[in-house]
Parts: sequence; structure tokens; C-alpha cells
Amino acid sequence: MYLWIITGVVLIVSFIFNKDKTIQGLKKAWKQLYGIGSLLVLVLICVAIALNFINEDLITQTLSGGNRYIGFLSAVVIGSIAMMPGFIAFPLAGILRQNNVPFMVVSAFTTTLMMVGILTFPFEKKYLGFKVALIRNFICFTICIVVALVTGLIYREIF
Amino acid sequence: MIAGFAVFIAVSFLSDFLPGKNIGNIFYKYCLEIIVILPCVFILIGLFEVWIKRETVEKHLGKNSGFAGYMWAILLGGTTFGPMLIALPIARSLSAKGARLPVVFTYLGAAAACRIPMTIFEATNLGIAFTIIRYAVSIPLIILSSAILGRYLENKNYTIREVGQK
Repeated sequence: MYLWIITGVVLIVSFIFNKDKTIQGLKKAWKQLYGIGSLLVLVLICVAIALNFINEDLITQTLSGGNRYIGFLSAVVIGSIAMMPGFIAFPLAGILRQNNVPFMVVSAFTTTLMMVGILTFPFEKKYLGFKVALIRNFICFTICIVVALVTGLIYREIF
Repeated sequence: MIAGFAVFIAVSFLSDFLPGKNIGNIFYKYCLEIIVILPCVFILIGLFEVWIKRETVEKHLGKNSGFAGYMWAILLGGTTFGPMLIALPIARSLSAKGARLPVVFTYLGAAAACRIPMTIFEATNLGIAFTIIRYAVSIPLIILSSAILGRYLENKNYTIREVGQK
């Protein structure tokens, strides 16, 4: 909510200083918003459908089950696909820890969740282009794996 | 497709089809969240583009910004709120104002990995050690990979597209 207040104040101040510039800025804002509108709706539809299947129960069940390497792989896959705000993702991660899911698996899940976005890829593609968006996600994916493995090493969960 | 989706959701609610209703609810929740912030973000970006001088951005994030440029990028990324779809237009705007690509990609990485509200949730739920490990490993890797990718793309005269411009 306070974002609206900040934006409002900035807008008023800007308007007082220079009307033309402010209108120019608003036009730019509208043009960009309009440019992504329909894609945004499509991406949100895909997110909603995907999250219907990848829900918290499925995540807890899949990651809590037996073998940590299978857990690790599932965590990477689920984390890369899903998209969740932090206030849902981290309490869920806390529950996973209570179920004795290794830190390594939790880390693989939360880092890919944050850094790799398969569902938001169409969006990234629109700004960065297909190739660069793909490279960027691949790099982030690699970083996530490294982070998770180092986490596993430090908590003595592997070797 | 959008129309088809609307019909599907409407029918699901009328016939009490659970997965359909669930999808509709999730869609609604995410829409609200994003629609509340998106206009503000784009207005602020628009004002940023008309008010902030190119030289200012260039000085701190441009060609001669050196290591400080990366630090700014991490700081900016950490204070960005919301998902990737907000960081992308900001990155484009920074790049258009003369920020160099390695810095811009560092910003994108940091906006994904180092957001402050998220970090607080992480540390409280998983312990501060977990967060420290993640930061210590991921930040150097983000900077390194962004430097390599950014330089490579600079040599190819790559630019981030302006969305909405035909």
C-alpha cells in the first residue's frame, strides 16, 4: 500500500517541478505497461495452472521421501518451475527442515525457486531475447547447484 | 487463450469443479499482488527515465564505475521488491541510461537472490548460517558470471529491448 503513497508523492512533486516532463514520464510508463499486459496475463495463467499441481503438500511429500539425492533432484526441478513469494516459500522450507529434509535439499529448493524461473521465462525472453534469457537461467541454475552442494558440505550431509 | 481460460474458470465455479476453482483462486491472488505494484513500478521507472541524468547513472554504473558499480548493483538488487518481472524493466531502464551490461546482469542476479525481505524470512526459518553460506557462495559467482556474460555481450553490441516499442 505504501508503494502507492510513495508513487503518489513522487508524482506530485515531479508535477510541481515540471509538468511536461512528468507527462512524458507517464507516457513512457503507460507504453511499457501496455507492452507487457497480455503476456503478463498469459504468464499468470500458466503460473496458476502449474501451482495448482505443484502445491505445498506435493512439495513436502516429494522432498521428505527417503533418498537425499532423489530429493535433491526433485528439489531442483520443482524449485526451477515453481514461483512463490518469500513469505510462503520460507515457512514451507522451515516445515521441510522439521521433517528432517537435509539442508542441501532445502537449499536446492529455495535457491532455484529464487533464481531460476521457467514459468517467467516468456517474460525474460521479451526483454533479454531468447538466447540471453536461456544463458542467464542456465548460469543461475549452475550457481544454485553449487550453493546447494557447498551447503551440504558445510552441514556434513555429503561425504 | 485468455478467453478460453476465463470460460474454463467460470464453468468450474458454476459446476463446482475443484481444480478449476483452485486455479482461479491462485490466479486471482497473484493478479492482485502484481496489479497492485506494477503500475507504481512503471510510473516510477518512467519518472526515473525523464529526471535522472544519463551522466549520473554512467558515473556510478557505467564504463568507469569499476568494482563500486557491482556493489551498487547488489545493493539495488537487494532493495528491489517483488518478482523478476519487476527487476527486468528496471534493468532495461538502467541499461538504456548507460549502465554497463556486467553491472546490469549483476543487478538481475542480486534482485533474484539477495532481496532483503526474502533474506529475513530465510534467516528466521532456516537459520542465519544457512543465509550466510548462500550469500558467500552466490554473490561472488553472480558477479563473476555477470562480468563474463556482460563483457561478451558488449562486444556483440547487444542491447536489452524496450518492450512496447514497435
